[in-house]
Amino acid sequence: MEINKDLIAASSTPVVLAILAEEDSYGYAILQRVRELSKGRMEWTDGMLYPVLHRLERLGHVEARWEVAASGRRRKYYGITPQGRAQLAEERKQWQAVDATLRIIWRALVLPVPAGRPPSAAPLPQGA
Amino acid sequence: MVALEEQIDQWRSYLRRRQAIHSVDVAELEDHLREQVAILADAGLATDEAFLVAVKRMGDLDALSREFAREHSDRLWKQLVVSPSDAGESQAAARTDAVVAFCLAAAAAVAIKVPALFGMQLDEDASFYARNLCFLVLPLLTGYFVWKRRLNPSTVRWLAIAFVVAAVFANVYPFDPDSSTEALTALHLPIALWLVVGIAYAGGRWRRVEGRMDFIRFSGELLIYYVLIALGGGVLTAFMVAMFDSIGIDPEPFIESWLLPCGAAGAVVVAAWLVEAKQSVIENMAPVLTRLFTPLFAAVLVTFLGALLWTGRGVDFERDLLIKFNLLLVVVLGLLLYSLSARDPRSPRGAFDVMQVVLVVSALLADAVALWAISARITEFGFSPNRVAALGANVILLVNLAWSAVLYIRFLRGRGSVTALERWQTDYLSVYAVWAAIVVIVFPPVFGYD
Repeated sequence: MEINKDLIAASSTPVVLAILAEEDSYGYAILQRVRELSKGRMEWTDGMLYPVLHRLERLGHVEARWEVAASGRRRKYYGITPQGRAQLAEERKQWQAVDATLRIIWRALVLPVPAGRPPSAAPLPQGA
Repeated sequence: MVALEEQIDQWRSYLRRRQAIHSVDVAELEDHLREQVAILADAGLATDEAFLVAVKRMGDLDALSREFAREHSDRLWKQLVVSPSDAGESQAAARTDAVVAFCLAAAAAVAIKVPALFGMQLDEDASFYARNLCFLVLPLLTGYFVWKRRLNPSTVRWLAIAFVVAAVFANVYPFDPDSSTEALTALHLPIALWLVVGIAYAGGRWRRVEGRMDFIRFSGELLIYYVLIALGGGVLTAFMVAMFDSIGIDPEPFIESWLLPCGAAGAVVVAAWLVEAKQSVIENMAPVLTRLFTPLFAAVLVTFLGALLWTGRGVDFERDLLIKFNLLLVVVLGLLLYSLSARDPRSPRGAFDVMQVVLVVSALLADAVALWAISARITEFGFSPNRVAALGANVILLVNLAWSAVLYIRFLRGRGSVTALERWQTDYLSVYAVWAAIVVIVFPPVFGYD
């Protein structure tokens, strides 16, 4: 299953902020973490992460610094700022509200969603 | 591994051409690419395969640069004076260029005050300044290009000789006070010496059409920048007057004897530097203005000719008639030149070209009417130096435009190329300079320094 582009774009801010809230990281590692967390279902085009990071940096949600990595190359690390943490909390509330709404409506619908499988078995996205 | 480095180099240079992606971003993306390649290679892929996969995963570069452009929309407004994006050699060179330009501008500002040390005042010795103004400014402008283009010493020697000879002719003639030949000298010297600046500007490419065409482009852009700087200077001056007046200090003597002359002199070099610096940065202004005004001028001229025919009136002969028509021809020539300078020689003829021909032909007709009016009565008024100079300039412009019209019509009918027109215009540049030199050198003795 692939998640559509609009959803990926909309969720990019909380996903990136949440990953950076775990620990400071850099582009490639952030993408690895996204793949790992989504079990490969959120497929980002690698390059597109960087404009997102730059936007978050401009908004003051993350801070960037250049460091020399173990490989000897210069690498740009990103870390979340207090303002970014506040933003993450805010995003989280909003996503939880969306998620809760959808949960209720899924329960009200008696349609079997994926063919052949009972609706209760369908895994829900981890919003909460 | 060499192959991989080469591939990454190519990829990097390809990415750098994107305006919205700065070199720091390229470095960040490159780090990403290298890590991806390393991990894929560890997983058993050959390096070139790993490189291809990594590039593919990075995504379509057009989409990526669009995304960067959306995030960094400011980068699409190319920054002129400060370019923080690209570090390294080019930036250092740009800084040296700026420093040299500002030093020369300061030197021009000082040079304009040097005669004051010898008791020459701007208001009392106006005729001295009028004759020598270009010797105080243009050598510094030429010097900028001598430095920038690294001209060889023999060229520099010839340029210097040209300035010295001109300075001698401007100053040895015993002009009568308030004589018109002196005014003509002051007017024509800069035109003649502008060719010297052009030779320095073209830096060895003067003999080639492209070199001279670049100089024409440079001249137009310089004028526009100079006017913009002058407008800014006007605003600054107005504020200065208003503010210092409010605390009871009169700034006008300072403005008149320092700010205005020094600023005007220095601005020439600064404007030249700006044109050089932004040459590759922003779309040139002169062709844009030309596009706007060619149809308008053509409409005015056609209406004028129509009114002339309709009313059956002749052109009233008056003192400044020729000068007015000279200015008209200069403007038309400018419109022609700057639309030509921006024209891609390969592009097919279009409606704008027809407009251009209408403009030139109607200007020629209008000028012919004026010349007719003058020729009928010039014997009555006599040949004063002013009249001969104006008539000469008119004939020179008329010949240029007439042959331009012929070449342009040939092009429209598919029998010629725009290149022929370009060659004609750029070849003609020296005619202006020669005529200006004749006015400076021959007119004063012929007309008895009157």
